[in-house]
Formats: sequence, structure tokens, C-alpha cells
Amino acid sequence: MDSQMNELYGNNGPKQVHFSPYAFNGGTVLAVAGEDFAVVASDTRLSEGFSIHSRDTPKTYKLSDKTVLGSCGFHGDVLTLTKVIGARLKMFEHSHNKKMSTSSIAAMLSTMLYYKRFFPYYVYNIIGGIDDEGKGCVYSFDPVGSYEREAYRAGGSASSMLQPLLDNQIGFKNQEGATVVPLSKEKAVALVKDVFISAAERDIYTGDAIIVQVVTKDGVKTEQFPLRKD
Amino acid sequence: MSILDYNGAAIMAMKGKDCVAIAADRRFGVQAQTVSMDFDKIFEMGPHLYIGLPGLATDVQTVSQRLNFRLKMYELRENRKIKPKTFMSMVSNLLYERRFGPYFVEPVIAGLDPKTFQPFIASMDLIGCPMITDDFVVSGTCSEQMYGMCESLWEPNLEPEDLFETISQALMNAFDRDAVSGWGAVVYIIEKDKVTKRLLKTRMD
Amino acid sequence: MASTVAVELPHGGFSFDNCKRNALLEDKGFKAPKAYKTGTTIAGIIFKDGVVLGADTRATEDTVVADKNCEKIHYISSNIYCCGAGTAADTEMTTQMIASKLELHRLETSRKPRVCTANRLLKQMLYRYHGYISAALVLGGVDSTGPHLYSVWPHGSTDKLPYVTMGSGSLAAMAVFEDRFKPEMEREEAMKLVQDAIRAGIFNDLGSGSNVDLCIITKDKTDYLRTYQEANLKGVRQGTYRYKRGTSAVLKTEVKKIVLEVIDTQVKPQAMDTD
Repeated sequence: MDSQMNELYGNNGPKQVHFSPYAFNGGTVLAVAGEDFAVVASDTRLSEGFSIHSRDTPKTYKLSDKTVLGSCGFHGDVLTLTKVIGARLKMFEHSHNKKMSTSSIAAMLSTMLYYKRFFPYYVYNIIGGIDDEGKGCVYSFDPVGSYEREAYRAGGSASSMLQPLLDNQIGFKNQEGATVVPLSKEKAVALVKDVFISAAERDIYTGDAIIVQVVTKDGVKTEQFPLRKD
Repeated sequence: MSILDYNGAAIMAMKGKDCVAIAADRRFGVQAQTVSMDFDKIFEMGPHLYIGLPGLATDVQTVSQRLNFRLKMYELRENRKIKPKTFMSMVSNLLYERRFGPYFVEPVIAGLDPKTFQPFIASMDLIGCPMITDDFVVSGTCSEQMYGMCESLWEPNLEPEDLFETISQALMNAFDRDAVSGWGAVVYIIEKDKVTKRLLKTRMD
Repeated sequence: MASTVAVELPHGGFSFDNCKRNALLEDKGFKAPKAYKTGTTIAGIIFKDGVVLGADTRATEDTVVADKNCEKIHYISSNIYCCGAGTAADTEMTTQMIASKLELHRLETSRKPRVCTANRLLKQMLYRYHGYISAALVLGGVDSTGPHLYSVWPHGSTDKLPYVTMGSGSLAAMAVFEDRFKPEMEREEAMKLVQDAIRAGIFNDLGSGSNVDLCIITKDKTDYLRTYQEANLKGVRQGTYRYKRGTSAVLKTEVKKIVLEVIDTQVKPQAMDTD
């Protein structure tokens, strides 16, 4: 392309300027909703290309006592986005004298993402929490604000490794005559750990440790669990 | 889009206790359009030896035919059944010969040794780099999904019936998250005295 | 291809039959697929009585680990081994080819092959293909003239050095060598140094991972220590995911019995009929 331009215009012709404002920093997030709880988990590795920037950077962000956000992709955008969300939540609290509900946070995030439709935040978001009726809920987003309420969702670099197993174990997909039992908190946490162990085996951007945050009506409990470090 | 994803495929093989399994989806499509749902991607290369060829459908059939030819020449010359590992070298050489103009297939090999009945599974990239493992191998357009499933589901020393359930569940749930593979599946369980071929009932969308 | 009727005759060398078709497909916008790469940390040093070669065991296909325990230290001859980085098929096939050529040379000359011979065969082969065969190698061995260590680059240039590293983890490994290498080390110390260099690659480079393989070559003995250190244990799952039999819906079952051929015949000794 450049050589063609030079042939036509010599060195004084138009030049294309390259601008690449994004990077991919890896990481995987996952959220599962139960009857009266939600689990949000992420790994703690921050990487770029073939190098590791940090082994202890969780990608889950506690937004309130009832809501946790999992967010990964380009870490610069993740930081900015979570900072702005934090500010918007404070503004809401001051003007309405109450905390924003999980479903409202999800709706707000969607508009925040779509507001940057033509220069998007390069971020995969998943929200887990307790809704207005006290039920567990998960909202998943694409980078430009399309969102949906679901029972479980994986996002980020190893999402395609995690999602089919969740379909199978939580959604009971492809199982003939399986008895559908409601998901217990213990089973959910064990399953989350297992899928991350599997992802760490095969995805080079997932590893070091996982942070599991369990949201119930009593608040958010955090647990850390080691993964492969190579 | 890579040319390997043009027709769509999902193939995996697993080791069990004195048995191996190899499974594939049945779709033949041209990008997003599904053309048929009874397309063979696994080929019998001997009583205990099977090869799965995911990739560009025209190369799938060409490679299977070329391998058949080379295999027959080998068995005529040597007057004995080929060992899975020798067969793997044969496939590897065929593909590496075309290092600079490859066939777009990434084979999966599963079999039992014709004398000792030792289980053997292996896979290869499109230019014939062999990879022998002790657990499972996967190849195709939804390899990430298959890795995720196999890495969680597989365990050592599964009996043939349990191996069938494990590989079937791993395959079905993996290709349900891929737009260009699925539409039926076939599973071969290879044991010392018999080979069981089962067609699975799967989602057809 | 000569004729569609004539059978394919075995011939040596690469075949370029598909090149035109593949170039056409690429022009239409179908990208050529990626082959397995060995992201790799490989390293070698010369110590008092020989050489130590080391490698990690991860093979990657883009950002996915294709093989968690692959062999990257390849056999060249009983006194020469070679670590490979780059496209996995190229390192595998190139070393196999040179091993076979060197074995024929050994039979012809009735002498133990020399490392400089292996080095020259490798560089001439790689130079011939102008870097299109992407094999980056660390070649080490001991012959009648002592221990030797070479690094061989894909374009065919080579270096002869007392300590070398290659692959995506080469900087991590070289940092360890630059810090701690000294000439005339003892065997144990040399092994520890190479092990630590490979570990530096395994943990700090995402293209390298899993275990440490070592190969120690001395004047009269070669020790190939496969999985010398299991640097990363596989994660232990909490639950099991076994299914009840009959979970997967089956449409049709076909059973093919295999009648076993006579595998073994025993001949009993009999007295000769002398009547």
C-alpha cells in the first residue's frame, strides 16, 4: 500500500497514520447465579503478549453489598470503566439516598458502554449479584453494551473453554434423563474452581490464582485459590 | 477466517482402560450454510486403527484416500498389520512433504497396537508435527471448547461404556458452542475384540 | 502430478503440488492456518566434562497449549543432542533428517560423529531454505575433540558459544546464565544452573511451561533426563464428572466383532521319523 502511494505521489503524498489505542491483557471472568446467591470469579493474572505483568490483579470489583462486577480485556479501559461506575454509584447514592440495585447497575453499565459505541471500552463485563427480590442474578455484556440476564456466563480469554462445561453441569445440556437439581452454593464454588483449573491448563493467559466472590443477602465473601503459575 | 474453518468439524480421541475412543461431528457445510448431516470424517485404517480428519472437506477426502493407498502398499510390502505409531509417522511424512503447500487437515489418530493391544492416541498439526498423549487429543473448529470439556471430564482407566459417556458429553457440549460443527455425532469405541460405532442424538441447530 | 491413472510413486523432497491452490485461497481472503509452535525456552552450557542441554515441555497453538509435555531435546546421535524451538514440525523433521544423515556418515566412516559435522549439515540445510524452515536450534555434544555447543538460527547462521539460550523464553534464561555462568563448572552445579534458567523461562514467559527436561552429555555417557523436574503439577479437581451410563442419547449402535488373526504359533519339538 505504502509503496503504491509512493509510486503515485512520491514522498509528499498522503500518509496513513496508525493509531492502536488498545491492548489485550488476558484474564477470565465467570459468574454463576443460584437461588439466593451469586458467585463471581476471576483469575489474577495480568499479561500482554508473552509476558506476565502481574500475578495478583483480581478482575472482580465489588460495586455494592449486593453486586460484584467481573471485568477483563484491556486493563486500562477496565480501570477507567470501574472508576466511572464507582463515581456514578456514589452520585446516585447521594441524590437518591439509597444504594443502586443490581438490575439498575446493569442497565446503567449498558448505557455507559453504548455511549462509547464508536470508540468502545475494550472490556468484557459480567455482573453477578442479588436482585430486588433477593434472587441470585447474572448479567453479561458485550463491549458495546448489549446485555442479557442469564443463569451463568464466562467471559474473557478462556470463556470458550469454560462455557460448555457450565452448559453441561449447570444447564444439564445433552444429558438424557438427568434430574435437574437446584444449584447449591458449595457445588457452585467447587465447579467454578474446577473450570478455572481446567482453563489454567490450556489457556496461557489464565493462571496464578483465582478470586471467588460469593454474594448473598448477608454481603460478599471472598476466597482465593492458587492455580498454575507457568 | 482460516481455510481450516471453511467446512467446520470437531474431532476428539480419548484413552480408556484397554480401549480407545474416537468421536466426530457429522456436519458438512460451506461456511454458515449446512449442506449435509451425514458426512464421514473418521476413516477406518485397520481393524483397530481409525483416523479422524477435520479441516477442509476436499483435503479430508484426498488425504484419507492417499493414506489408504500408502497403507495398502505398506501392508503388501511388509505382510503385516501396521502399528498405530508407524501409521502416525506415515501420516506425518505425508503432511510434511507438503510443508510449503499443505493439506488443510489436522488429523487425530486412535487405535490399539495389533499385537499388544496397547491403546494409542495422537494428533497432528497440518504440517505433520506429531503429538502423542496419555489422556486425550482434540482437533477442529471448536478445539478450545473441546479442551475445556476434556480437561474437566477425562479421568484415567475408564471402562468402555464410561468412556463412551465421557467422550460423547465432551464432544456434544463442545460443539453446541460452535456455529460450524455439530448436527449429529458418531463415536467409535475400539476394544480388543470389537469396535462399537454409535450415532448420537444431538441438537440439530 | 503426472497422470491421474498412474499410481503415485514415492519420491524424495518437498512437494509443491498444493501451493498454487493454497495461494489462490489466500488471495480470496482465507488465511493460512497456524502450525504448532514451540514457544519454548531452550538452553545449553559447557561444563568441565561435557555439555548440559535443557528445555521446557510446552507446545502452543496461538494462545492455547497444544501439548503439555512434549519432547524438545531431539536425538542426533548417541553423543550429540539438539534442542529445538520454532515451528514444532520443522524442528522435529530437521533433526530427524540430520540424525539419519549422520548415522549413514558414521557407518561409512566407522567413526563417532563430530558435533561440527552435525552443525554444518544443519546450517547448510537451513540456509538452503532461506529461513522458511523455522527451526532455531541449540546443538550440543561431546566428540573426540571435546565438548561443543552451537546455536543454529533459522536462516542458517550459527554461533559457537560456552552458554546459549533460544526461543521466546531465551531472555529470561539468558538473564540467569549471565548472572551465574562460569567456565569449568562441576556437573551438579551446571545441571542446577540450566534447570534454573529453564525455570526462569517456564514461569516468566507465557510461551514456555510445564516441566524441565535435561540432557547431560559427557565423554563416555549420555544421560537423557526426561521430566527432570515437574515444575508445574496439574491442578487437582474437586468433583468428578462421571456420567450415569445411558446419559448420552444414542440413535443407532453397530458392533463390529474383530476375529483375531493367529498372532503366535508354537512349534513343539518332535522326534524325527526314522522308520
